[in-house]
Amino acid sequence: MQTFGWPEALFILRSAGWTLALTAIAFFIGSIVGGAFAIMRLSRLRWLRRFAAGYILVIQSIPVLMVLFMSYYGLSALGIELPPFLAASASLSIYVSAYLAEIWRGSIESVPRQQWEASASLAHTTAQTYRHVILPQAIRISLPPTVGFLVQLVKNTSIVQVVGFVDLMRAGMLVNNATYQAFQIFTLVGAIYFAICFPLSRLSRHLEKVMNASRSH
Amino acid sequence: MLFQDVFSKWPMILNGVWLTIALSFVAIGLGLVLATAMTALRSLAGSWAGYIVDAYVELMRNTPFLVQLFMIFFGLPQLGIRLNGLEASVLAMTLNLAAYATEIIRAGVDSIHKSQIEAGLALAMTKWQVLKHVVLQPAFARVWPALSSQFVLMMLASSICSFVSVQELSGTAAIIEQDTFRSFETYIVVTVLYLVLALSFKLFLNWLGRKLFPQVSGLARLTEAHGEAA
Repeated sequence: MQTFGWPEALFILRSAGWTLALTAIAFFIGSIVGGAFAIMRLSRLRWLRRFAAGYILVIQSIPVLMVLFMSYYGLSALGIELPPFLAASASLSIYVSAYLAEIWRGSIESVPRQQWEASASLAHTTAQTYRHVILPQAIRISLPPTVGFLVQLVKNTSIVQVVGFVDLMRAGMLVNNATYQAFQIFTLVGAIYFAICFPLSRLSRHLEKVMNASRSH
Repeated sequence: MLFQDVFSKWPMILNGVWLTIALSFVAIGLGLVLATAMTALRSLAGSWAGYIVDAYVELMRNTPFLVQLFMIFFGLPQLGIRLNGLEASVLAMTLNLAAYATEIIRAGVDSIHKSQIEAGLALAMTKWQVLKHVVLQPAFARVWPALSSQFVLMMLASSICSFVSVQELSGTAAIIEQDTFRSFETYIVVTVLYLVLALSFKLFLNWLGRKLFPQVSGLARLTEAHGEAA
């Protein structure tokens, strides 16, 4: 029987790269889709608003695991076979988009109404208003909760091991299956997740403090 | 699409729904007790207790639930503590929820002004009475919405317990899928059930919040009405 040593630890450490890659891809695609949904959620067209609200509500009310199962096992039953990495990125992107849409909607809404009116009085179009007036302020407001959500995303990537994609979690399970030293292995796996998440959590809290400091003036 | 195959397994599905609800409620109940105890410990005992609580909260909030669950299910037997899938799930969910709830309740406790506590002590209330009536009750009322959404997230996260072969809703889905080969239909049905569960949870928790904290929700309604009038 194999024992848990340096080669196994290095294998786990290397797989953390895949966790980071998956996080980056899901965050990138998810923020594009989520941004679109945030703006749709605030559209003047009622059906567009309702559609975006419905999407956000549904995705936030089902487990990420179900989105993953649907895009991996569900679609393959319909003849669309996604490789594990693609299914994992797609489902995590969908998950990210719904949560970011809601965070960013809140940020956009917390920009004072008068800013919209002032921009309109300067004959800006809606696109110009967003580009030059609303978004620069909204992005500042959205930074702490967005970084905070990034922590949730890193942690949630751990479930993609179920479709066979070798991320940090899967690497830990593979080594566990070979060595049966679960306590040491999952301590290491947990420590690596912690090393990624804790600085992000602190950054989020720090940003929040900085924002509040500037607001109290 | 053949939904009959999936619907014919309804007793199994119902059992899964029931287990998801039961798991969530037990974890929420135990988790809240633990979180309240940790909050009290932090505010009553010396600073070393506060550091331990803080470290626990940060540790749980910055590692995935799945790692915590596997640590309990696969790691603890190495130390001689053997739990079955269900016990491990309840323990993991409770410990996880307690950390998040402690953080949320802390925000509520921080929002209680120091003068309130001084006023309570000036009225010759004991430390415990102040903690219960002046600090915790109003704090809970204020953070109830945040706690509610954390409860719903915990219910959704309970789907991860299927990895240690607990037959809750998503564990049931995996079995039905293997039996019927109707993966798409199975996951559609189960996803809709999760959606119904999450929305019912939200409605129930809102109702519970109004029942538990009538003064505060009445106040909220009043200010809301004023806001609309203005």
